[in-house]
Amino acid sequence: MGIFTMPSLGADMEAGKLVEWTVKPGDTVKRGDIVAVVETQKGAIEIETFDEGTVTELTAELGRELPVGAPLAVILKPGEDMRRDPIEAEAIPPARPVSTPQPVPDPIPRSAPATGTAVMASPAARVRAHELGLDLRDIRGTGPGGVVVLGDVDGLSAAVPRSTPTPTSDGTRLGEMRKAIAAAMTRAKQTIPHFYLSETIDVDPAIRFLEERNASLSPDKRILLGALFVRATTLAAGKVPVMNGHFNEPDGFQPSEVINPGVAVALRGGGLVAPALMDAMSMTLEETMEGMRDLVARARAGRLRSSEMTKGTITVSSLGETGAEEMTGVIFPPQVALVGLGAPHLRPWVVDGEIVPRHVVTLTVSADHRVSDGRQVARFISAFEKLVQSPEEL
Amino acid sequence: MTETDYQAIFLEELVRVAPDIDADDVGPDDHIQDDLELDSMDVLNLVTALHQRLGIDIPEKDYTEISTPARAAAYLARSA
Repeated sequence: MGIFTMPSLGADMEAGKLVEWTVKPGDTVKRGDIVAVVETQKGAIEIETFDEGTVTELTAELGRELPVGAPLAVILKPGEDMRRDPIEAEAIPPARPVSTPQPVPDPIPRSAPATGTAVMASPAARVRAHELGLDLRDIRGTGPGGVVVLGDVDGLSAAVPRSTPTPTSDGTRLGEMRKAIAAAMTRAKQTIPHFYLSETIDVDPAIRFLEERNASLSPDKRILLGALFVRATTLAAGKVPVMNGHFNEPDGFQPSEVINPGVAVALRGGGLVAPALMDAMSMTLEETMEGMRDLVARARAGRLRSSEMTKGTITVSSLGETGAEEMTGVIFPPQVALVGLGAPHLRPWVVDGEIVPRHVVTLTVSADHRVSDGRQVARFISAFEKLVQSPEEL
Repeated sequence: MTETDYQAIFLEELVRVAPDIDADDVGPDDHIQDDLELDSMDVLNLVTALHQRLGIDIPEKDYTEISTPARAAAYLARSA
């Protein structure tokens, strides 16, 4: 039997607010299924289960702020029966003692019945609906796949008289996200002995490769330079495993067999999230691009999954196609490396003894000196550079 | 369809790609990247959405033509 608890979605998360059930008692679930949606400092996150079995009870109340580790639901493994496992059953806080004949009244009132379908909503819409006291289930979503967006909430709320002035939702969300970023980055800078290696790379071959490839393809098949960088990071991390994994006390560094590059996504108005592209090594360049598109879209719509928030093994942070030329990033704990990429800039460059104009990108790798040394990071950079200069091999 | 129609469609698809933007707050001359903070992935998603909805395939070299709702409306009207 599994007691499904409020997971930690980052080393600095202390609590989360349960905002939605996506299962109901009697539903069967398997590993990786989404069970609930929790509002955190980083927005609404879909929580996956690592157990399989039947949901027998939803013990936590919707709308409540709950600490990490608080029981949320009971999931019985196939063939299990709670009455036959009284010791374990008694360990559940809202347990019904099996020896007493009369049923104990349920201490937690069942709030809204769980619906089989989750209400999908953008983080801003979710916050605004909460402020206005509106139920997301009553709002028709007009976003992609029926996602409730800010305009839908505002459209409905225009018809509802506002009793009290409400704080701006952006202020609330950003304030919380800023706190989360502050905590994670302070911890990173206080505990990780960062060191940095940089290299400026000629990306003209990569840009030409993509221009030629994309010119004949419809927009949904086009690939961005950013996807090529994520693919190169993945392959380079495969060659230098000491860049890919987690460092936790007291065990120290645990290299990861799978490579889950976290892709930093800047959110409008400030803040960022770095959801992981799971098992990117198994993907082609096209699949990497597809996966990134999906991550960015879900980061914007507020539907990232708990595994994506916690299982990143190395982060890629790219400044995009315009902007500053160099970035020295802060490692996202418990990871041990971050690949920072500036925007491409046109510069005079020496190629075969001639000075020619070339688009160059400055790559800066931030690494954890508890785990790696300059030589290993230099190997990573060299592998990355080779891949970007022969993009057809990606 | 008039440019006004195309601008309305462009705005609809824009807020689908970036659900945290309120269409009422977007001006016709707002730059989608500098003012509205779309990144290159968002721009590609917008181009993809316009292709699917209008059948107009905007090549990469023309992305600057849709940098504001007003420019995009004119470009889409020309390309239709």
